[in-house]
Amino acid sequence: MGLESLLKQDGYFTTKVDALVAWARKSSVWPMPMGISCCAIEMMAVGDPKYDIARFGSEVMRFTPRQCDLMIVAGTVTYKMAPVVRKIYDQMPDPKWVIAMGACTASGGIYRTYSVVQGIDQFLPVDCYLAGCPPRPDNLLNALIMIQDKIGRTKAADFKNAKPPELELTQRN
Amino acid sequence: MLETYIPVFLVLIIAVAIAIAIAFSSVLFGPQRPDAEKLSTYESGMKPVGTTKDRISIKYYLVAMLFIIFDIEVIFVYPWAVEFKKLFAEFGTSVFVSMLIFLIVFELGYLYAFKKGGFKWD
Repeated sequence: MGLESLLKQDGYFTTKVDALVAWARKSSVWPMPMGISCCAIEMMAVGDPKYDIARFGSEVMRFTPRQCDLMIVAGTVTYKMAPVVRKIYDQMPDPKWVIAMGACTASGGIYRTYSVVQGIDQFLPVDCYLAGCPPRPDNLLNALIMIQDKIGRTKAADFKNAKPPELELTQRN
Repeated sequence: MLETYIPVFLVLIIAVAIAIAIAFSSVLFGPQRPDAEKLSTYESGMKPVGTTKDRISIKYYLVAMLFIIFDIEVIFVYPWAVEFKKLFAEFGTSVFVSMLIFLIVFELGYLYAFKKGGFKWD
Protein backbone atom coordinates (compact mmCIF):
# COMPACT_ATOMS: atom_id res chain seq x y z
CA MET A 1 0.00 0.00 0.00
CA GLY A 2 2.76 2.40 0.91
CA LEU A 3 6.18 3.04 -0.47
CA GLU A 4 7.45 -0.40 0.52
CA SER A 5 5.42 -2.00 -2.27
CA LEU A 6 7.60 -0.14 -4.78
CA LEU A 7 10.74 -1.81 -3.43
CA LYS A 8 11.51 -4.79 -5.66
CA GLN A 9 14.61 -5.77 -3.69
CA ASP A 10 16.74 -4.49 -0.83
CA GLY A 11 18.55 -1.23 -1.35
CA TYR A 12 17.30 1.96 -2.85
CA PHE A 13 14.92 3.16 -5.48
CA THR A 14 14.76 6.28 -7.56
CA THR A 15 11.72 8.47 -8.01
CA LYS A 16 10.74 11.93 -9.07
CA VAL A 17 10.40 14.70 -6.50
CA ASP A 18 6.93 15.37 -7.91
CA ALA A 19 5.87 11.79 -7.20
CA LEU A 20 7.33 11.88 -3.70
CA VAL A 21 5.67 15.20 -2.87
CA ALA A 22 2.34 14.05 -4.31
CA TRP A 23 2.57 10.83 -2.30
CA ALA A 24 3.31 12.76 0.88
CA ARG A 25 0.54 15.20 0.12
CA LYS A 26 -2.13 12.64 -0.58
CA SER A 27 -1.23 10.55 2.45
CA SER A 28 -1.81 13.44 4.82
CA VAL A 29 -4.92 15.24 3.66
CA TRP A 30 -6.07 17.33 6.59
CA PRO A 31 -9.77 18.07 6.32
CA MET A 32 -11.54 21.24 7.30
CA PRO A 33 -14.86 19.91 8.63
CA MET A 34 -17.33 22.45 7.27
CA GLY A 35 -20.23 20.73 9.04
CA ILE A 36 -23.21 22.93 8.31
CA SER A 37 -26.07 20.51 8.90
CA CYS A 38 -27.08 16.86 9.13
CA CYS A 39 -24.35 15.47 6.84
CA ALA A 40 -21.93 16.53 9.56
CA ILE A 41 -23.22 13.65 11.72
CA GLU A 42 -22.09 11.19 9.07
CA MET A 43 -18.82 13.09 8.79
CA MET A 44 -18.31 12.62 12.54
CA ALA A 45 -19.03 8.91 12.13
CA VAL A 46 -16.16 8.76 9.65
CA GLY A 47 -13.81 9.79 12.43
CA ASP A 48 -14.92 7.06 14.81
CA PRO A 49 -13.12 3.69 15.15
CA LYS A 50 -15.66 1.82 13.02
CA TYR A 51 -14.98 3.72 9.80
CA ASP A 52 -11.66 5.15 10.98
CA ILE A 53 -10.56 7.92 8.64
CA ALA A 54 -7.13 7.64 10.30
CA ARG A 55 -6.41 4.72 7.96
CA PHE A 56 -6.12 7.31 5.19
CA GLY A 57 -4.09 9.81 7.19
CA SER A 58 -6.95 12.27 7.43
CA GLU A 59 -7.92 11.97 11.08
CA VAL A 60 -6.57 15.42 11.90
CA MET A 61 -9.71 17.51 11.53
CA ARG A 62 -8.52 21.07 11.92
CA PHE A 63 -10.97 23.72 13.07
CA THR A 64 -8.93 26.48 11.54
CA PRO A 65 -8.48 26.85 7.78
CA ARG A 66 -4.78 27.60 8.16
CA GLN A 67 -3.79 23.95 8.51
CA CYS A 68 -6.21 22.32 6.06
CA ASP A 69 -5.95 20.89 2.56
CA LEU A 70 -9.45 19.58 2.06
CA MET A 71 -12.75 21.26 2.77
CA ILE A 72 -15.62 18.86 3.39
CA VAL A 73 -18.76 20.92 2.91
CA ALA A 74 -21.31 18.79 4.74
CA GLY A 75 -24.80 20.20 4.70
CA THR A 76 -27.27 22.63 3.24
CA VAL A 77 -25.61 25.89 2.26
CA THR A 78 -27.92 28.88 2.37
CA TYR A 79 -27.29 32.16 0.59
CA LYS A 80 -26.49 33.69 3.95
CA MET A 81 -23.90 31.00 4.75
CA ALA A 82 -22.31 30.94 1.29
CA PRO A 83 -19.98 33.97 1.80
CA VAL A 84 -18.82 32.44 5.10
CA VAL A 85 -17.96 29.13 3.42
CA ARG A 86 -16.21 30.98 0.61
CA LYS A 87 -14.19 33.11 3.04
CA ILE A 88 -13.01 30.07 4.95
CA TYR A 89 -12.09 28.41 1.65
CA ASP A 90 -10.14 31.51 0.66
CA GLN A 91 -8.27 31.43 3.96
CA MET A 92 -7.05 27.87 3.46
CA PRO A 93 -3.46 27.64 2.18
CA ASP A 94 -2.79 26.31 -1.31
CA PRO A 95 -3.10 23.63 -2.61
CA LYS A 96 -6.64 22.85 -1.51
CA TRP A 97 -9.50 20.60 -2.51
CA VAL A 98 -13.23 20.53 -1.90
CA ILE A 99 -15.69 17.69 -1.33
CA ALA A 100 -19.37 18.57 -1.78
CA MET A 101 -20.94 16.10 0.60
CA GLY A 102 -24.57 15.19 0.13
CA ALA A 103 -27.39 16.11 -2.21
CA CYS A 104 -27.88 19.59 -0.71
CA THR A 105 -24.36 20.79 -1.43
CA ALA A 106 -24.29 19.19 -4.88
CA SER A 107 -27.64 20.48 -6.14
CA GLY A 108 -29.69 22.00 -3.34
CA GLY A 109 -31.27 18.62 -2.70
CA ILE A 110 -34.83 18.66 -1.46
CA TYR A 111 -34.56 22.36 -0.64
CA ARG A 112 -35.81 23.89 -3.86
CA THR A 113 -36.37 27.18 -2.05
CA TYR A 114 -35.35 30.82 -2.29
CA SER A 115 -32.86 30.57 0.58
CA VAL A 116 -30.74 27.58 -0.42
CA VAL A 117 -27.85 27.65 -2.89
CA GLN A 118 -28.64 25.15 -5.66
CA GLY A 119 -25.19 23.58 -5.73
CA ILE A 120 -22.08 24.95 -4.05
CA ASP A 121 -20.16 24.83 -7.34
CA GLN A 122 -21.67 28.27 -7.94
CA PHE A 123 -19.11 29.73 -5.55
CA LEU A 124 -16.59 26.96 -4.79
CA PRO A 125 -14.40 24.87 -7.13
CA VAL A 126 -15.70 21.42 -6.19
CA ASP A 127 -13.43 18.41 -6.83
CA CYS A 128 -15.74 15.63 -5.77
CA TYR A 129 -19.52 15.39 -5.51
CA LEU A 130 -20.96 12.91 -3.07
CA ALA A 131 -24.41 11.39 -3.61
CA GLY A 132 -26.73 10.57 -0.74
CA CYS A 133 -29.00 12.28 1.74
CA PRO A 134 -26.96 11.95 3.85
CA PRO A 135 -24.16 9.87 2.28
CA ARG A 136 -23.00 6.87 4.26
CA PRO A 137 -19.61 7.26 5.99
CA ASP A 138 -18.15 4.68 3.58
CA ASN A 139 -19.21 6.97 0.78
CA LEU A 140 -17.26 9.87 2.29
CA LEU A 141 -14.22 7.60 2.55
CA ASN A 142 -14.73 6.76 -1.12
CA ALA A 143 -14.73 10.48 -1.93
CA LEU A 144 -11.54 10.89 0.12
CA ILE A 145 -9.89 8.09 -1.87
CA MET A 146 -10.95 9.82 -5.11
CA ILE A 147 -9.44 13.07 -3.83
CA GLN A 148 -6.25 11.20 -2.93
CA ASP A 149 -6.11 9.75 -6.45
CA LYS A 150 -6.54 13.25 -7.83
CA ILE A 151 -3.76 14.61 -5.60
CA GLY A 152 -1.54 11.69 -6.59
CA ARG A 153 -1.80 12.74 -10.24
CA THR A 154 -0.74 16.35 -9.58
CA LYS A 155 2.64 17.84 -10.43
CA ALA A 156 4.38 20.87 -8.97
CA ALA A 157 3.84 22.72 -12.25
CA ASP A 158 0.06 22.43 -11.80
CA PHE A 159 0.19 24.81 -8.87
CA LYS A 160 2.67 27.25 -10.35
CA ASN A 161 0.36 29.76 -11.95
CA ALA A 162 -2.91 28.56 -10.50
CA LYS A 163 -5.28 31.38 -9.70
CA PRO A 164 -8.08 31.38 -7.17
CA PRO A 165 -11.31 30.69 -9.06
CA GLU A 166 -13.45 33.73 -9.64
CA LEU A 167 -16.98 32.60 -9.09
CA GLU A 168 -19.80 35.02 -8.54
CA LEU A 169 -22.81 33.88 -6.55
CA THR A 170 -26.12 35.39 -7.54
CA GLN A 171 -29.49 34.48 -6.09
CA ARG A 172 -31.60 33.21 -8.97
CA ASN A 173 -34.40 31.23 -7.41
CA MET B 1 29.68 5.34 31.49
CA LEU B 2 28.75 8.34 29.38
CA GLU B 3 29.17 6.43 26.12
CA THR B 4 26.06 4.41 26.89
CA TYR B 5 24.01 7.55 26.38
CA ILE B 6 25.27 8.12 22.83
CA PRO B 7 22.24 6.37 21.25
CA VAL B 8 19.92 8.67 23.22
CA PHE B 9 21.70 11.75 21.90
CA LEU B 10 21.62 10.26 18.39
CA VAL B 11 17.85 9.78 18.65
CA LEU B 12 17.47 13.36 19.87
CA ILE B 13 19.56 14.71 16.98
CA ILE B 14 17.64 12.62 14.42
CA ALA B 15 14.29 13.67 15.87
CA VAL B 16 15.18 17.37 15.69
CA ALA B 17 16.62 16.95 12.19
CA ILE B 18 13.49 15.19 10.90
CA ALA B 19 11.23 17.83 12.45
CA ILE B 20 13.22 20.64 10.85
CA ALA B 21 13.32 18.78 7.52
CA ILE B 22 9.55 18.27 7.47
CA ALA B 23 8.83 21.89 8.41
CA PHE B 24 11.31 23.13 5.82
CA SER B 25 10.11 20.80 3.06
CA SER B 26 6.60 22.24 3.26
CA VAL B 27 8.10 25.68 2.68
CA LEU B 28 10.19 24.27 -0.17
CA PHE B 29 7.53 22.25 -2.02
CA GLY B 30 4.28 23.93 -1.06
CA PRO B 31 3.00 26.68 -3.32
CA GLN B 32 2.79 30.01 -1.49
CA ARG B 33 0.18 32.38 -2.84
CA PRO B 34 -0.76 34.80 -0.10
CA ASP B 35 -3.41 37.39 -0.84
CA ALA B 36 -5.39 39.87 1.21
CA GLU B 37 -8.29 37.48 1.73
CA LYS B 38 -6.05 34.62 2.83
CA LEU B 39 -4.06 36.72 5.25
CA SER B 40 -7.15 38.24 6.83
CA THR B 41 -8.05 37.33 10.40
CA TYR B 42 -9.89 34.03 10.81
CA GLU B 43 -13.12 34.80 12.61
CA SER B 44 -15.07 31.63 11.72
CA GLY B 45 -15.66 33.04 8.25
CA MET B 46 -17.09 36.32 9.50
CA LYS B 47 -15.67 39.74 8.81
CA PRO B 48 -13.67 40.77 11.88
CA VAL B 49 -15.29 43.75 13.59
CA GLY B 50 -13.70 46.18 16.05
CA THR B 51 -10.36 45.87 17.77
CA THR B 52 -8.81 43.18 19.93
CA LYS B 53 -7.61 45.80 22.40
CA ASP B 54 -11.02 46.70 23.78
CA ARG B 55 -11.00 48.56 27.09
CA ILE B 56 -13.24 47.45 29.92
CA SER B 57 -14.53 49.77 32.64
CA ILE B 58 -12.59 49.67 35.93
CA LYS B 59 -15.90 49.02 37.70
CA TYR B 60 -15.83 45.41 36.54
CA TYR B 61 -12.47 44.99 38.26
CA LEU B 62 -13.99 46.20 41.52
CA VAL B 63 -16.91 43.79 41.18
CA ALA B 64 -14.53 40.92 40.53
CA MET B 65 -12.50 41.80 43.64
CA LEU B 66 -15.60 42.03 45.82
CA PHE B 67 -16.86 38.77 44.42
CA ILE B 68 -13.85 37.05 46.00
CA ILE B 69 -15.28 37.82 49.48
CA PHE B 70 -18.45 35.90 48.73
CA ASP B 71 -16.58 33.24 46.82
CA ILE B 72 -14.30 32.35 49.73
CA GLU B 73 -17.24 32.53 52.11
CA VAL B 74 -19.21 30.01 50.08
CA ILE B 75 -16.21 27.69 49.71
CA PHE B 76 -15.92 27.42 53.50
CA VAL B 77 -19.61 27.47 54.39
CA TYR B 78 -20.76 24.78 51.95
CA PRO B 79 -18.74 21.83 53.37
CA TRP B 80 -19.53 23.07 56.86
CA ALA B 81 -23.27 23.09 56.12
CA VAL B 82 -23.19 19.66 54.48
CA GLU B 83 -21.42 18.06 57.45
CA PHE B 84 -23.19 20.18 60.08
CA LYS B 85 -25.28 17.42 61.70
CA LYS B 86 -22.26 15.17 62.15
CA LEU B 87 -20.10 17.98 63.51
CA PHE B 88 -22.83 19.20 65.82
CA ALA B 89 -23.24 15.75 67.34
CA GLU B 90 -19.51 15.57 67.97
CA PHE B 91 -18.53 19.09 69.08
CA GLY B 92 -21.77 20.76 70.15
CA THR B 93 -22.45 24.49 69.81
CA SER B 94 -18.76 25.38 69.30
CA VAL B 95 -19.22 24.33 65.64
CA PHE B 96 -21.87 26.99 65.21
CA VAL B 97 -19.92 29.67 67.15
CA SER B 98 -16.67 29.14 65.22
CA MET B 99 -18.48 29.56 61.91
CA LEU B 100 -20.20 32.66 63.29
CA ILE B 101 -16.83 34.21 64.16
CA PHE B 102 -15.57 33.34 60.70
CA LEU B 103 -18.60 34.98 59.10
CA ILE B 104 -18.28 38.10 61.29
CA VAL B 105 -14.69 38.56 60.13
CA PHE B 106 -15.91 38.35 56.57
CA GLU B 107 -18.82 40.69 57.17
CA LEU B 108 -16.34 43.27 58.51
CA GLY B 109 -14.66 43.21 55.10
CA TYR B 110 -18.06 43.44 53.47
CA LEU B 111 -19.01 46.42 55.66
CA TYR B 112 -15.71 48.14 54.87
CA ALA B 113 -16.37 47.75 51.12
CA PHE B 114 -19.94 49.00 51.60
CA LYS B 115 -18.75 52.06 53.61
CA LYS B 116 -16.15 52.87 50.94
CA GLY B 117 -18.88 52.84 48.29
CA GLY B 118 -17.66 49.72 46.50
CA PHE B 119 -21.19 48.64 45.63
CA LYS B 120 -22.11 51.91 43.94
CA TRP B 121 -22.17 51.41 40.19
CA ASP B 122 -22.14 55.07 39.07
